[in-house]
Amino acid sequence: MDKVILRLKERSNIPVEAEAICPDLFLTKSQQEIEELALYYGNKGRRLGDFFQVQGERSDNIVIEGEIPNFKKIGQGMSRGNIHIQGDVGMHLGALMKGGRILVEGNVSDWLGAEMEGGSIRVKGNAGHLVGAAYRGSSRGMRGGEIIVEGDGGSEVGELMRRGLIVIGGRAGDFVGAFLIAGTIVVLGPVGLRPGAGMKRGTIVAFQEPDLLPTFHYNCLCQLSFLRIYLHHLREEDLNIPQEYLGGFYKRYNGDTLELGKGEILVWAGQVA
Amino acid sequence: MFRISGGEVYDPLHGINGEKRDIYVRDGKIVAPEDVDQKHLEVIDASGLVVMAGGVDIHSHIAGSKVNIGRKIRPEDHRRDPVPRSQVTRSGVGYTVGTTFVNAYRYARLGYTTIMEAAVPPLKARHTHEELMDTPLIDKGCLILMGNNNFILRHIGSGDYDKIRNFVSWLLHACKGYGIKAVNPGGIENWKWGKNVAGLDDLVMGYGVTPRQIITTLIRVNEELGLPHPLHLHCNNLGLPGNYQTTLETMKVAGQSRLHLTHLQFHSYGGESMRNLSSQAPVLAEYINEHENLSIDVGQIIFGEVTTMTADGPWQYTLYQLSHNKWANSDVEYETGAGIVPFLFKRDNPIHATQWAIGLELFLLIQDPWRVILTTDHPNAGPFFFYPQIIKLLMDKKYRDEMLASVHERASCTLLSQIDREYSLYEIAIITRAGPARRLGLRHKGHLGVGADADIAIYPKEVDAEWMFSNPRYVFKDGLLVVKDGQIVTDYMGRSLLVETAWEESIAEEIGKEFDRFYSISLENYPVELDYLPRYEVIPCR
Repeated sequence: MDKVILRLKERSNIPVEAEAICPDLFLTKSQQEIEELALYYGNKGRRLGDFFQVQGERSDNIVIEGEIPNFKKIGQGMSRGNIHIQGDVGMHLGALMKGGRILVEGNVSDWLGAEMEGGSIRVKGNAGHLVGAAYRGSSRGMRGGEIIVEGDGGSEVGELMRRGLIVIGGRAGDFVGAFLIAGTIVVLGPVGLRPGAGMKRGTIVAFQEPDLLPTFHYNCLCQLSFLRIYLHHLREEDLNIPQEYLGGFYKRYNGDTLELGKGEILVWAGQVA
Repeated sequence: MFRISGGEVYDPLHGINGEKRDIYVRDGKIVAPEDVDQKHLEVIDASGLVVMAGGVDIHSHIAGSKVNIGRKIRPEDHRRDPVPRSQVTRSGVGYTVGTTFVNAYRYARLGYTTIMEAAVPPLKARHTHEELMDTPLIDKGCLILMGNNNFILRHIGSGDYDKIRNFVSWLLHACKGYGIKAVNPGGIENWKWGKNVAGLDDLVMGYGVTPRQIITTLIRVNEELGLPHPLHLHCNNLGLPGNYQTTLETMKVAGQSRLHLTHLQFHSYGGESMRNLSSQAPVLAEYINEHENLSIDVGQIIFGEVTTMTADGPWQYTLYQLSHNKWANSDVEYETGAGIVPFLFKRDNPIHATQWAIGLELFLLIQDPWRVILTTDHPNAGPFFFYPQIIKLLMDKKYRDEMLASVHERASCTLLSQIDREYSLYEIAIITRAGPARRLGLRHKGHLGVGADADIAIYPKEVDAEWMFSNPRYVFKDGLLVVKDGQIVTDYMGRSLLVETAWEESIAEEIGKEFDRFYSISLENYPVELDYLPRYEVIPCR
């Protein structure tokens, strides 16, 4: 398959606004045109070619080699293609994306997939705060698609999320699914403080006993077929889902009763009952 | 010194309707041909172009504390509309509650050169003037909120009229204001107790006075002080079904006195509930047609995002309950209040579509264009940069019908489809320039006669009025070219417009006592000094 490889020339700590690194744009551009794409390096306008050695052209398959934790907005608003990042990467990765696939071998900073509408993101390392969240002031966060983080997630994962799936393989910070409107968040590790604060609808799945707010109420012990399907899907995605999760029972809590109260937090209860 | 040559001039104050005239400008003013040195005259070729005076907006919210609260609670509004800087202009953000600079640039790029900030709480006057200092290009004035001021309410109760007049006069001086604004008289005071007033004869809690008394008193003060602009009134019961009766009664309260009713569209509703909200615009229009003392601005709905912001706190709470959107409430001590709620006007919503049609009905059913003024109550019913769209709706019956067909069918229950009237360019020049300038008492604005400020907008003559009024070829402010082909080419500071009236020193002593006891700031820090304003102009009273 044709691809465009970007090899980082030199690592820097100065933030770079790199919304130009987007498959939709690369698809129609020659190698020279790709090198001429404009980026902001601090407050100075630069060319993409100043930072990367570009190999290949006219492809929506992008491979980035090198550590780029200072590069922001990569794949912002993308609607197709692939981005494969072989190291760490900065904020706003895949924000507002509508389709396509992003794979990150390293860690990602804050606002991963913020307000994304479709497509999928896979992170092998850890993610920062506000995964799939709404930008400040917006009424809705992630509206569709799938984010899988194999490591830990920061605070406010899935804040104001409206639809889609977020999976955190490790621990998640405070306020997981705060103000959740709909959608599903699965956390395989421990969950921080106040999960689901202000949630209206939607589902948060936890496998270790969380410290719930008093505005969540216990309903019942249940087995849910949708969850089994979801977990099977995650197994297919090569996530380590123990067999007992698939067959086990879950405690259902509803909340946040300060809001609509139609949201649910499912907590794995083991092989009881 | 220059001559604008060969343009089609629309100057309704002098009855010039599209005739080819030359206009001579010297030292920021329009002058007679013999007053310029013909030899050293720059000529601006306006042949094939339409020449009008700079636009005048009688009611807009572009600066001050509630606009700033609106900015603070709406980062999402700004994120969609970043505006980069240019050689001349500053960077900023736009959309419904833009930055001061961007607002000014966008007004200038429509050919507007004079704006009234329509609701300034006295305590926030300093803040408002500070923002207006950063609002370049345009001239601006402040209407000062007085309809719920403790001092005024108390002295209406005690019947001490002279004291009120004295106080109003002092307050205009202290705030460097241009006119008197009253918002939901009595209602905002009651909102401090979680209540509102439902009609003109409800009691204001703790004062024993009625909205009717407040309105009559303020009209009387306004006329006795001879202020250039009549009382600028936002009636009680804004937005509520059946409120046209309150509006009608309010108009009757004015008797023969001048009165300006603002965003009348929001006050023209029939029906008993939101489900059967209907148009009573024809009834109000008929009354206005018969009473020359009244003028209105419309507050036309624009479909899309808006940020509602008004001193009418109780209504904003109602709107918050209706929309479930964010809400900010502000209480301005002894003086007034405010509320801010973002809102979305949708084409397929029966109520919004009806509101849209009501605004157009008011434009089209009020016969005298001098007394109906184009506004969107920016940013309440729509952002001001949609004025060209409204102009097209007024000038083009076919476009209007197409739009009517595209909105919810409930809008067809109004008279709109039966009205064939189309505005001419001459009438557009009245409702956007000459009319508001006259109503504001700005004798040197809104026209192109000798002695007027050289605020001039020159548009290409196009069939599509929306395109035409969005793309002025040249805009001059005080004879300076500020916009050329849609680009701001000069940075320039407009003037603050104010009035000066007399008051007796004794009033300051009495207010001082009040300040010591109840206000959060001392009297010494309250009045805005004249030195504070970079440029100003005192407009003479009548």
